[in-house]
Amino acid sequence: MSDETPTPTIDGEPEIVDIWLSGTEVPPTDEGAQEMAEEEPEARLREQLGSVVTDDYVDSEVAPEDERMIINMGPQHPSTHGVLRLQLELEGEIIRRSKPIIGYLHTGMEKTAETLTFAQGPTNVTRMDYLAPLHNELAYSLAVEQLLGIDVPPRAQAIRILMTELNRVSSHLVALATNGMDIGALSMMLYGFRERELILEFFEKTTGLRMNHNYIRPGGVAADLPPGWRRDVARIVETIPARIRDYDDLLRENPIWLSRTKGVGVITAEECRAYGITGPILRSTGVDWDLRKAFPYSGIDRYEFDVPTGTNGDVYDRYMIRMEEIRQSIRIVEQVAETMPKGDYRADDRKVTPPPRARIDESMEALIHHFKIFTEGFRVPPGETYVAVESPRGELGCYLVSVGEGRPWRMHIRAPSFYNLQALPVMMADTLVADTIATIASLDPVMGDVDR
Amino acid sequence: MAARSYPSNFLTTTIEKAARWARTQSMWPATFGLACCAIEMMATGAAHNDLARFGMEVFRASPRQADLMIVAGRVSQKMAPVLRQVYDQMPDPKWVISMGACASSGGMFNNYALVQGVDQVVPVDMYVPGCPPGPQSLMHGILTLQRMIVQGEHVSSGASS
Ligand code: SF4
Repeated sequence: MSDETPTPTIDGEPEIVDIWLSGTEVPPTDEGAQEMAEEEPEARLREQLGSVVTDDYVDSEVAPEDERMIINMGPQHPSTHGVLRLQLELEGEIIRRSKPIIGYLHTGMEKTAETLTFAQGPTNVTRMDYLAPLHNELAYSLAVEQLLGIDVPPRAQAIRILMTELNRVSSHLVALATNGMDIGALSMMLYGFRERELILEFFEKTTGLRMNHNYIRPGGVAADLPPGWRRDVARIVETIPARIRDYDDLLRENPIWLSRTKGVGVITAEECRAYGITGPILRSTGVDWDLRKAFPYSGIDRYEFDVPTGTNGDVYDRYMIRMEEIRQSIRIVEQVAETMPKGDYRADDRKVTPPPRARIDESMEALIHHFKIFTEGFRVPPGETYVAVESPRGELGCYLVSVGEGRPWRMHIRAPSFYNLQALPVMMADTLVADTIATIASLDPVMGDVDR
Repeated sequence: MAARSYPSNFLTTTIEKAARWARTQSMWPATFGLACCAIEMMATGAAHNDLARFGMEVFRASPRQADLMIVAGRVSQKMAPVLRQVYDQMPDPKWVISMGACASSGGMFNNYALVQGVDQVVPVDMYVPGCPPGPQSLMHGILTLQRMIVQGEHVSSGASS
């Protein structure tokens, strides 16, 4: 960016942006801006404002300059799972340093959440981690319910567990599919998406949409399970484990697969803790940490399941853990289907629950009530809360602040992909450039989750 | 004037028509997955829906080998210049499908971060509605575009010239 380029201005308050960029004059009242302008050099400020991406790899002491090469991977690269961009510093075939550059999918969802009512919130959050939409909705709904202080009926809880665990299966199937495709096992891609279709069909039947369901809402779920759901679930429970066995036959002893995944992208438990990494990556290092066991939500502690762990923390272990987690989730789904409680699928709280459709035709009050909930929403008592669930990628948390209005004052999502992505430079330091793809794929990052 | 008989298996056409037909039968999309819609685009190409039936399964990693850009997902302000560059790298004739509400109009995210419609950055030939559009919708969009190309209807980008 040359000096002649006009300074970007924000409508209404151009002075502040000007001052930040030039770093000279600061209004005496704005202490924070003053400190920032004093401490940060101009180039750095520009970088933070997103107008330039500087290349800070100036390191010619270790190797002569002509032996180090910086290449740029992405953001439009088929194996970066969306729009991740990587700067790789290569010495021959070896990656010395790498730097993920994010923000290419920044959607401003946390800001948008402040303009939507609590009832509209799930529509927004479901689009973050688009491979696990139901987990997003669950985290958000649990946070709102905690602020409201309401309990959801047992049937709603069971439905939530059923749906989120099925969602974990479908998400892991996509992870396996793309993982396989990136390493060259193209059949995995076809198989993974074929099995996912089975689950999506059930989702479509239940929620009306294949993705981005907006099904789990504060107070319960949007609709009861459709007629014949037992048959559909039974079919999934029957089919998936058999297909998983097929995958295992295909990959577990495949020498190419083994040599491309074993000992690749290694990370240790200490590094995981230092970077806040959770989910299958943490468990692949042997740490037995799963929020479903540590902080059970929605009554998931009623069901029996194991938490698989690995030993080496490499790509292969992560693959094995995802396979095993699919089996365990199917196990949970089986138990939920057997013990599905009877009753209402949403809380009997007139404040948050709209009246049933049939009542709207009969009673004027019900119509007004319905209208109010969907236009103004409901007020949530002031307070702040943090609730986390175990998404397929790790700890997915929702931090919510309410000031007693119909909309959140602030919402923040602790997105597992964002934290897990930090592991990339650690995993890729001093490895071969050909392993990059396998390593990224095994992280299973969802850029919608990273950038939000 | 005796009617001359031609050998069978004989077809007359114009070069223009033949070229149009050929273009539709091997339209190669560039992989340009951005967000949720990209997953549905992948699902469209995978076994269950099988885009290969229309000669389009070859998703090209390099824009220089692609004819069709399916903008699948939300385009952020940061991504817009990249998108334009990819578009410029594609050889003529080229087409653009805007997949989903976000790519077409910004969708539900009317805020500072998103480009409110990818047609502000590149010319769009076909808008596929939905959030996300199912594989059937996307295929319908693609087939409609193919029909438009065969019939020589106006399409906004390089193809019409
Ligand atoms: S249109 Fe919907 S599904 Fe597509 S990218 Fe936007 S939010 Fe995601």
